[in-house]
Amino acid sequence: MAGIRTPEQELARFRGRLAVAGIVALIGFGLLVARFVYLQVVRYDYYSTRAEDNRISLVPIVPNRGLITDRNGTVLARNYSAYTLEITPSKVADLEATIEALSKLVDIQPKDRKRLKKLMDESKSFESLPLRNRLSDEEVARFIAQRYRFPGVELKARLFRDYPMGSFASHVIGYIGRINDRDLERIEESDDSANYRGTDHIGKSGLEKSYERELHGITGFEEVEVDSGGRAVRLLRRTPAIPGNNVILTLDLKLQEIVEKAFGNRRGALVAIEPSTGGVLAMVSTPTFDPNLFVDGIAPQDWDQLNTDQDKPLLNRAIYSAYPPGSTFKPFMALGALTTGKRTPNQTLADPGYFNFGGHRFMDDKVGGHGGVDLYKSIVVSCNTYYYMLANDMGIDAIAGFMRPFGFGQRSGIDLPGESEGVLPSPEWKKKRFKRPEQQKWFGGETISVGIGQGYNAYTPLQMAQGLAALVNNGVLFRPHIARHVVDAKTGERRTVEPEPLRTIPLKQAHIDLIKRAMVGVNKAGTGARAFAGAPYEVGGKTGTAQVYSLRGGKYVEGRIAERLRDHSWFIAFAPADKPKIALAVLVENGGFGAQSAAPIARQALDYYLLGKVPAGIAPEDPAAEESSEGAE
Amino acid sequence: MNPRLDPRKWLHFLLSPLDGPLMVLILALTTYSAVIMVSASPERLGTLAVNAGVAFLAMWLAARTPPPRLMSIALPLYVVGILLLIAVALFGDVSKGARRWLNIGITRIQPSELMKIAMPLTLAWYFQSREGMIRGRDFLIAISLLLLPVGLIAKQPDLGTAILVTASGFFVLFFAGLTWRLILPVAVVGIVAVASIVAMGDTICQPGVDWPGLREYQKHRVCTLLDPTSDPLGKGFHIIQSTIAIGSGGVVGKGWGNGTQTHLDFLPERHTDFIFAVLTEEFGLVGALIVVVIYILLIFRGLFIAAGAPTLFSRLLAGALTLIFFTYALVNMGMVSGILPVVGVPLPFVSYGGTALVTLCLGVGMLMSIQRHRRRVGT
Repeated sequence: MAGIRTPEQELARFRGRLAVAGIVALIGFGLLVARFVYLQVVRYDYYSTRAEDNRISLVPIVPNRGLITDRNGTVLARNYSAYTLEITPSKVADLEATIEALSKLVDIQPKDRKRLKKLMDESKSFESLPLRNRLSDEEVARFIAQRYRFPGVELKARLFRDYPMGSFASHVIGYIGRINDRDLERIEESDDSANYRGTDHIGKSGLEKSYERELHGITGFEEVEVDSGGRAVRLLRRTPAIPGNNVILTLDLKLQEIVEKAFGNRRGALVAIEPSTGGVLAMVSTPTFDPNLFVDGIAPQDWDQLNTDQDKPLLNRAIYSAYPPGSTFKPFMALGALTTGKRTPNQTLADPGYFNFGGHRFMDDKVGGHGGVDLYKSIVVSCNTYYYMLANDMGIDAIAGFMRPFGFGQRSGIDLPGESEGVLPSPEWKKKRFKRPEQQKWFGGETISVGIGQGYNAYTPLQMAQGLAALVNNGVLFRPHIARHVVDAKTGERRTVEPEPLRTIPLKQAHIDLIKRAMVGVNKAGTGARAFAGAPYEVGGKTGTAQVYSLRGGKYVEGRIAERLRDHSWFIAFAPADKPKIALAVLVENGGFGAQSAAPIARQALDYYLLGKVPAGIAPEDPAAEESSEGAE
Repeated sequence: MNPRLDPRKWLHFLLSPLDGPLMVLILALTTYSAVIMVSASPERLGTLAVNAGVAFLAMWLAARTPPPRLMSIALPLYVVGILLLIAVALFGDVSKGARRWLNIGITRIQPSELMKIAMPLTLAWYFQSREGMIRGRDFLIAISLLLLPVGLIAKQPDLGTAILVTASGFFVLFFAGLTWRLILPVAVVGIVAVASIVAMGDTICQPGVDWPGLREYQKHRVCTLLDPTSDPLGKGFHIIQSTIAIGSGGVVGKGWGNGTQTHLDFLPERHTDFIFAVLTEEFGLVGALIVVVIYILLIFRGLFIAAGAPTLFSRLLAGALTLIFFTYALVNMGMVSGILPVVGVPLPFVSYGGTALVTLCLGVGMLMSIQRHRRRVGT
């Protein structure tokens, strides 16, 4: 760069640069003027015709959203058409007065006003916003007669989403809601803006969100001639909308209903999977919520109630909440022992009722121990000491390495949004999870707790069901999925969601058979025997209890502990034992011992799925199944 | 008579800080703004008046502040701006996918706006402090001072503001004597890049072609500009409709309040970024030329003030501020008439929008202050 100059030189250079700036500004504006002359003089005729043509306006036609039905054709999500009263705030001079005057004609509740206010905060002032939905015929007639008094207020026929089954399977189906800024951004990024012109709702959660692309359809257009006031006077051309595809699920709503009712008002989750395909037969998370509340923009007090409820009804526990698996982890540990050669089937170990490690005594449930325990018995009686010793012999790396292929501690890739990973503990995990070096070290004692499914272990009910399905399916693990077919609403053409085997875990058939036999033993003579007394099919299972609260040496007495600190109750099961058609995992939050609250729910689910047995109080035939079929098939 | 109540004294107090020619030009532009607003969206006239009031007050206050005082607030303003930008990055509000706003309890502020003024002030202050011994090293330091906020703003992401802040800083460097050997190659590379994008528009806009370093929607924006008809219902709609509005205005326009594009809701953002399209639809080429002439006069008045400014600081500041007005006007009119991409830059002193108006009027106020104090400070 130039050296030091005198102030005079500096000033001269500065003035030179000012001149350059002036010239650049003139050139810039000159180019602009040239552009204006080109547009306004040279191409005037062309643009003036285009402006005339702009009297022809494109009006989007919103496609019908696809239906969602269960595997038997029961409709879970559908549309109906109704009149809605809409206001464009920027076209209304005095909003309060207008609403006041409108309330003389149609019934407008305080909650309608509140919702409008909320929508106005979220949207631009020139958007047309719903004030009242589902007007009665009489209200429609009254408004039409007085319409001239209300510029900026319009009556529109709109399609509404309806979830006829109410709160059943609400976490799976999800819901739609009005498109907000964040949705808009996503639509713009995926280049779908044109297809969403005219659409004001979008899938917000569950299948409504994950299958948005299929369900939405393709927007059509009407070319209409408009008068100078912008009102349509003549239809010129019409490109019809292509309705969204219907989605048929692997889910069996009856099974879902039976399980949800079996839960009653307890909190928890159940996931049932068809082992040979990965198809999800039921996915329950309780408490549930009514997705219909969300469709027209949820009323603030409903929203507050759902959000502040300490039972967290909006949470899909089946795929999001991770719990320590407790003893349901033992069959997997046992299989790992056989596969890695750390145990043989006939090897018998003595259980004194405790296991000493590093100066700490790990206790068995049974005072004095179970005596001589082999692998079969260890599962049937759920012997902790056996697994303390096994975990110590295998070591944490071998445990984590064996469990990972079963899907523990990873997202399964199910076709639902909002899945969590859970935790498959390992020294690497601990290093990543904790910041301070002294917390990052893995201790041998932690391995011992992992062996009985406690400690850092945390898996979602979906991961437990998926892991069990892979085990009973001889090591072939499928990606779990809820959609079974996607059906073109127009042609009826049906695309099947192909079962996707993710991997085959190298296991010996004899080992698998032994574990399955032991799990059948659980329900015959072990911890699950009471729940499955008299079952006419052969069923394998395992109870589990996940500690919520550590007693620090005290004795766990259920009655003395606050309900929310009680242990979580697990049960995993598969049936029929020789050729499993269903594998499931049940979790009851704070349900106490697994055999007590979780196993009876599994029993009801299996009785229905294998025998068609419907518990008292539930209609055996679903009337909705028949009326639905025309839309779905 | 009490001299405090003498109306002539009061008038002198009010008017003396102001620069006559600049004031006339700004008033002309705001009047124009009001006239168009009556046609485009009359319900906003009230807010426009309030905004203009606040902006004029800011201008008056800036005009009364002598350049040394302006110089003394440069660095603190810059530091505060940077801290606010960092605060935005950490806990800013997200709106439309970008993190630009900071909620300070009473209201939300957009710190990147502050940077448009703080940037030229700071750089001008820096060069003043090194006056007489400016070397290459100083330009490197100045460029670092510039890139820090620009990086933070670009990350929000707010490409439009990042470009404007970069421009405001670059103008100071330019007037401070940044060598042509650096300016010319960058300019040439830029021109060649733009020309080649335009020339190869058909091939590189095919779906599936990834542009290194750019996100899909940014590619989309450029491609839409090259061929608006490729997306007539989405992004291209804005450009198509505003060019139709301009073109159909012809030489004398369709008349006040008669713009069909405006009144049939074809024009997007017609009171903010696209207000120039309304103006040209209703007042034609004549209306557009009047605006362009006002801007040219404004810019030449600014350059004149810069030429007569006594200190390096006030010279650099006046020159840079003037070119900022030029950049705003050029980019806005360019994007509305379809020769520049849509980046969300308002038409200075005409577009509706309080923050931008206040920022711009602060700039004019500083110009006025430099002009008024030119004789009092010796070199």
